[in-house]
Amino acid sequence: MTLQDFMPILPEMVLLATAVAVLMVDTFLGDKRWLTWVGLVGVLLAGAATYWLALQPPADFQDMAASDAYTAFFRLVILVVTGLGLLMAMNWLEAHGEQQGEYNALLLLAAIGMTLMAAATHMLTLFVALELFSLCLYILAGFERERASSGEAALKYLLLGAFSSALFLYGIALVYAATGALTFAGIAQKASLSPLFLAGVGLLIVGFGFKVAAVPFHMWTPDVYQGAPTPVTAYMSVATKAAAFAAFVRLFVGTLGVEKSAWVPALAALAVLTMVVGNLAALSQHSLKRMLAYSSIAHAGYVLVGLAAANTTGTAAVLFYLLVYAFMNLGAFAVVIALERQGEGDVTLSQMRGLARTHPLLAAAMAIFMFSLTGVPPFAGFFGKLYLFQAAVQANLTWLAVIGVISSAVSAYYYLNVLVQIYMADPETPPTLAWRPVLGLATLVAVVFVVGIGLFPDFWLQLALGGMRVILG
Amino acid sequence: MPYGYVWLLIMLGLAAGVAMMMMFLPLLLGPRNPVPTKYEPYESGMKPFMLPRRRFPVHYYLVAILFVVFDIEILFLYPWAVILRDLRWFGLVEMGVFLGIVLVGFVYAWRKGALEWIR
Repeated sequence: MTLQDFMPILPEMVLLATAVAVLMVDTFLGDKRWLTWVGLVGVLLAGAATYWLALQPPADFQDMAASDAYTAFFRLVILVVTGLGLLMAMNWLEAHGEQQGEYNALLLLAAIGMTLMAAATHMLTLFVALELFSLCLYILAGFERERASSGEAALKYLLLGAFSSALFLYGIALVYAATGALTFAGIAQKASLSPLFLAGVGLLIVGFGFKVAAVPFHMWTPDVYQGAPTPVTAYMSVATKAAAFAAFVRLFVGTLGVEKSAWVPALAALAVLTMVVGNLAALSQHSLKRMLAYSSIAHAGYVLVGLAAANTTGTAAVLFYLLVYAFMNLGAFAVVIALERQGEGDVTLSQMRGLARTHPLLAAAMAIFMFSLTGVPPFAGFFGKLYLFQAAVQANLTWLAVIGVISSAVSAYYYLNVLVQIYMADPETPPTLAWRPVLGLATLVAVVFVVGIGLFPDFWLQLALGGMRVILG
Repeated sequence: MPYGYVWLLIMLGLAAGVAMMMMFLPLLLGPRNPVPTKYEPYESGMKPFMLPRRRFPVHYYLVAILFVVFDIEILFLYPWAVILRDLRWFGLVEMGVFLGIVLVGFVYAWRKGALEWIR
């Protein structure tokens, strides 16, 4: 092996070096504000490495991980989310006086696991990557040690996460028993509809279902999202989904595409359940974080529609949607962080009342995110849903698209209800803001992308199509 | 059903049979001579002087975790040392990187005071 062989995982190595550097800066330097900036420089360097790799011909790392257009797409999504995650946590960490070095280092280590999920072309890489980011997130979920609900979130997440990892590993074992292969290419060659193989594929679906929070494997989501510190919730609600779906698509549409008939009905059923239950449960929430948790379940359902379509447009739509979803959901959570009162770790809907009168800019940003999450035309969320449902129609799953449209019409009620509170209700108590320049910058970036992708969806769709071609050939 | 798995079933049956045999044969054949010491948890160990369920310093846990990390590190060094000649420079650099990362962890634990017993 030479240095050249390591190039396909260069971004991950940069991130690892950054995480180590952050820990060392934290131990030897007094000023904690440096940590975020060191982390951010590392993320930018990893982004540059990803861009450089994207210009090179596709390469793979010892048949374990691949560096191609698909990997590059998800690497960029996850790196952008990680950068914004670092920025969004900065003020929160200062206010809470928590261990900032550990937070930033864990976030970066989680990012390594997530980008590796997208790159993995071997079952063991996939599993190690899954565990790497999950373990980091278990710790991050319990980061606010003074608040009991944060610890509760961490414990629930750990127990259910470990359980789902075990099922996932069992799935890998059964697939290995049926095919005798662990590389994706080897599995694709030997894939057959034997009972052993199908049982393994079923367990893999369950494992992925836990990670992306698909109904009926979603029970942990509301409690964990509500209890975890808000910057962590923001990060894991988008980054975990992007990473898990990245591996989900590569493994199912790419590797098991030949046996499509076996798993498409299962995914279609999951999609229906996830959309309907997620949206209906979100209707009756008073806590903004809990509402966004159910909404994130519903959005996993929309993405599953594209996955069930399992065609060119469907896969590209999944990639496009995950990019769009990252910005709009991170943005919505940035507003929650801004409104959060010290030590409460949550924001109720009534706390949003009259925000437009006291903080018109923040209210406008929230309006953009809510409209985009609903799927109202000029914003990015509309095109995301359009492409997903279009793909379902093309794949003769029109009924699935119809259910998707109906349930996203239901979702308009709870998203717009937030705006009703902001614009039409009188403030109970004037909201006090934890509003700082860095958080403002993160929100601004999210707004720019939600509007920008909405205005120029073609460029981003082409990027997604480029990534998709790797998967479907 | 691939019938090669039959052998697996036979092996499971044999294993269970042997284990059962080992448990029940002594009951039939062995001499029985009960003395009080035989009923203690550890027949020739220390006498238990208190119940194990009590509070103990959480530091034990930290030390145990650190021990596991560095124990594993040494475990990796053994097979590496055996084939170092074949791995050449690559092996040396690779292990250097690995040890470097573990060393950072050690420095971190040290500076954060994880090794101090009384704080």
